[in-house]
Amino acid sequence: MDRKTKILLNVAAAAVLSLFLWWAQESFGGYRIQILNLIAINAILALSLNLIYGFTGMFSLGHAGFMAIGAYTCSILILPETQKEMLFILVSPYSWVQAAQAPFFLAVIGGGLVAAFAGLLVGIPLLRLGDDYLGIATLGFAEIIRVLANNIPRLTNGALGFKGIPDYANIWWNFGWFIITLYCIARIINSNLGNVFMAIRDDEAAAKAMGINIFRYKLLSFTIGAFFAGVGGALLASLLTTIDPKMFLFTLTFNVLMIVVTGGLGSLTGSVLASIGITILMEWLRFVESPIFIGSFELKGIPGMRMVVFSLALLFIILFRREGLMGMREFRWDWLFGKFSKRGSANGS
Amino acid sequence: MSLAMFVQHLLNGVTLGSLYALIAIGYTMVYGILRLINFAHSEIFMLGAYFVFWGIVLLHLPWAVAMVVAVIVVGALGVLVDRIAYRPLRDAPRISALISAIGVSFFLQNLAIVVFSAIPREVYRPDWLENAIVVGDIRVLPLTLFVPVLSFLLMMGLVFIVYKTKPGLGMRAISKDIETSYAMGVPVNRVIAITFGIGSALAAASGIMWTLRYPQLQPVMGMIPGFKAFIAAVVGGIGSIQGAVIGGIGLGLIEIMAVAVFPDLAGYRDALAFILLIGILLVKPTGLLGEKLEDKV
Repeated sequence: MDRKTKILLNVAAAAVLSLFLWWAQESFGGYRIQILNLIAINAILALSLNLIYGFTGMFSLGHAGFMAIGAYTCSILILPETQKEMLFILVSPYSWVQAAQAPFFLAVIGGGLVAAFAGLLVGIPLLRLGDDYLGIATLGFAEIIRVLANNIPRLTNGALGFKGIPDYANIWWNFGWFIITLYCIARIINSNLGNVFMAIRDDEAAAKAMGINIFRYKLLSFTIGAFFAGVGGALLASLLTTIDPKMFLFTLTFNVLMIVVTGGLGSLTGSVLASIGITILMEWLRFVESPIFIGSFELKGIPGMRMVVFSLALLFIILFRREGLMGMREFRWDWLFGKFSKRGSANGS
Repeated sequence: MSLAMFVQHLLNGVTLGSLYALIAIGYTMVYGILRLINFAHSEIFMLGAYFVFWGIVLLHLPWAVAMVVAVIVVGALGVLVDRIAYRPLRDAPRISALISAIGVSFFLQNLAIVVFSAIPREVYRPDWLENAIVVGDIRVLPLTLFVPVLSFLLMMGLVFIVYKTKPGLGMRAISKDIETSYAMGVPVNRVIAITFGIGSALAAASGIMWTLRYPQLQPVMGMIPGFKAFIAAVVGGIGSIQGAVIGGIGLGLIEIMAVAVFPDLAGYRDALAFILLIGILLVKPTGLLGEKLEDKV
C-alpha cells in the first residue's frame, strides 16, 4: 500500500470520526457527551505518558504536575476578568494574573507550553537519574507543584481553586486536540527520532555506544510529553469548569498510568483503546459508589469500590498479561486489508 | 528561641524522625534486596494503626495486647503481599514489580476506604502518655520519650536479626548478589518473605505510634508519611539500615526545626522533603551512606 492511499485512509477515518461526533452531539444526552469528552482527554494524557514511558523508557510519575500547570495556566487565560474578581476573595491576584486574557485555542497551547517549560526545567536535573529514582523524583515534582498551588494564593487562589471556568472544551475541541496529539506522536514514533527514543528504551548502554546523546533525546521526549500532558490538563480544566489543588493528587497520575499499562507500553493503538475502555468502565462503575433505590428501599453506595476494582484490574494485567492489550503492536491499514484479502483468498480457493 | 522551646522542638523532631526511620527501614531492606520501591509500605503503615483501633473496639483487647497483635498480623500481611504481588514478578523487568506495588498500594488504600469508611476516627490514647512532665521550664510529653525509646529498642532488635542470625546473614547475602545466593543454597524466597514480614511489622509499629502522636485514623493517612520515609531512606542511602535511621531522624528534625524557625514555611512542610530528595539525588545520587550501584552492561 503506498503512502497516498494511507493518507487518504487516515483522512477518511478522521471524517468518519467527525461524522460520529456530529451524530453523537445531535442524539446523545449530556452525560454521554461528557464521557466522550473524557475519553478524548484521557487518550491525550495516555499518549503523552506513553511517549515518555512506553517509547523512551523513562518511568515518570509526574503527570499530575504537568496537568496542573496546564490547567492553571489555561484557566487564568480564559477566566473573564469579572469572574476573577469574584474568585479572589481572600487576596487580590497579581495584576498580570488579573489582566491575562487569551482565546481558548491559544490558552490551551499556552498551558502546554508552560508545562513543557516546566518539563524542560525539571528534566535537566532529574533525567540523569535511573528508572525508579526518576519515578520517585518526578512524583516529588508533582507533589511540589501541588503544594505551590496551595501556597501561592495570589496566583492560584490557594486551596479554593478556580470555579466557573468557561466551558469552551466541547467535543470538537477535545477530539481536535486528540487528533493533533495522535498525529504528532505517531509522526515522531515513526520517524528517525522515534527510533532513537526506542533505542534508548531498549538498551541505554548500546544506544550510548552508537553515539546517541542520550540525555538530549530523553529531555526532548520528556518535554514533548509534558507539553501534551499540559494540553490535556488545560482541556480538563475547561471541561470540568472547576479546579483546585486537591484534584491533582497522585491518583490522577495513577489513572493515566493504568490506561497506558492496560493498553500496552509502547503501543499508541493500545493507549487509545484503553482510554475508551477504561473511561467508560470508570463511569459505569460509578453506580456502585452511589446509592441505589429499589422502590423505597435504599442500598447504600460503597465509596472506594471503583478504585478497588481498578487496582485489582491493574494487578491482574501486570501479573498475568504484562504486555497489556496490544503489547507493542499497532493498528495498521496494511494489517486490516491483509486480513480482508487473506479471508478473500481463502474463500476463493 | 529559648532553651526550653528548643528542647521541646528537639524532642518533637526526634519523635517524628524515629517514626520516619521505622518506616524507612522497611523500604530500605526491601530495596536493598529486590531493588523494588514497595509502594504498598505506606498502606501497611496505615493498616497497623487501624488494626489496633479495631482490636480495641471490636475484640475489647487491652491496648498493649492490641498493639502486639496488630504488629504480628500486619507482618503476616506483608509476607502475603510479597507472595501474591511481587514473587511472581521476580524475573520480570523491575518496572513491572514497581507498577504491581503501586497497584497493591491503591488496592489496600481503597479497600480500607470500603471496609473502614473514609471518615476520620479518634484513636484511644492511654492517659499516662499525655500528662506532661515538667522539669524547670521544660514541658515534656511522655509520648515524645516513649516513641523514640520504643523505636530504638525495635531498631536494636532489627540489628540483632540482621547481623547475628541466619536469616539476617541470608538478607545480607541476597542484597549483595541474588544469583550467587541462590547458587550457595540460601533459601532466597523464604529470606525475602522474612524481610517483608519484619519490614511490615516495623511499619505497623510506626503507624500505631503515629496515631498516638497525631490521633486521627484515615485510610489515606499512610501516603505522605510513606513517601517521606522513602525519601529518608534515599537520603540516607538506600539499602543501608543505618542510613535509613539517620535519614529518618534527620528528616524529622529538619521538618520540625524549619517550621519552628520559619513559621511562614508551615504550608510548604510537605514539599520540604521532596526538595531535599531532589537536592540529594543531584549531589550524591547514592545517598549519604549508600553504596555505589554500578549499571551492569
